[in-house]
Amino acid sequence: MQSAVVVFPGSNCDRDLVQAISAQSASACKMLWHKDTSLPRGLDILFIPGGFSFGDYLRCGAIAANSPIMESIIDFAHKGGFIIGICNGFQVLTEAALLKGTLLRNSGVNFICRQQSLIVTSNDSIMTKNFSKGEKLKLPIAHHDGNFFADEATINVLEQNEQVLFRYDNNPNGSKNDIAGIMSENHRIIGLMPHPERATDENLGSKDGTRIFQSLVECF
Amino acid sequence: MKLIVRISLKKSILDPQGEAISNSLKSLGFSKLNSVRQGKILELDLEETDPDCGVKIAKEMCEKLLVNSVIENYSLEIE
Repeated sequence: MQSAVVVFPGSNCDRDLVQAISAQSASACKMLWHKDTSLPRGLDILFIPGGFSFGDYLRCGAIAANSPIMESIIDFAHKGGFIIGICNGFQVLTEAALLKGTLLRNSGVNFICRQQSLIVTSNDSIMTKNFSKGEKLKLPIAHHDGNFFADEATINVLEQNEQVLFRYDNNPNGSKNDIAGIMSENHRIIGLMPHPERATDENLGSKDGTRIFQSLVECF
Repeated sequence: MKLIVRISLKKSILDPQGEAISNSLKSLGFSKLNSVRQGKILELDLEETDPDCGVKIAKEMCEKLLVNSVIENYSLEIE
């Protein structure tokens, strides 16, 4: 699996991702800088990591979504490339209009950092193909703005096209329809608030993230 | 020229920060308060003297970066 992680000023899950991928994949995961203007040749999958890109200034992910590397990321997306945005990466993908909706401030206003039970809503994705529909898993969440919002019509489209990937078991942040992760229409662009890269070792409280990375590697 | 951009959350969007501020004001005894909505004000200083051109540039900035049209509205005012 040829993979790369984009690093923005303020990203803080980039190295965790590289570590989690390297544990499963024979090929090393490359790190790209937000000022790069091209992606590596032969890239299978691009990750946009969690963190606080550009200090969350203006709106979470908004400035990152307009950084130099985004032009080649959007091009990669239009050519059918696989992209996964985790937490802040999800926010970046919605701001770049590669995914529908947006992430609002948590309904309880507080930053939430805890293990979260999730329900696999679709297994028609590279992340969840080894899971069964309705299966529960545990991943950490750590966000202030994870309250997924889209208008009613958009939510209906996401539901009808099986674009909802994960739901929260017990909605922590006010997300519409308990949505924790979604996909693009072609299921190749994925955004999720929970952190699979932080759940790859028993010492971290859950190894459920490992299954996700194994699933990814098997796809390429 | 200077332009003021006012960005507010659309009416249909939940504003938990506004609600928290509202609750705090009520607990301070401002009993006549109905609600609070929090937004942003940006002051743009443009190298431009023609108001029409200035507004056009500011609109472009709003659409490209400053405003997320999924959840926000904006208005422009020449200072």
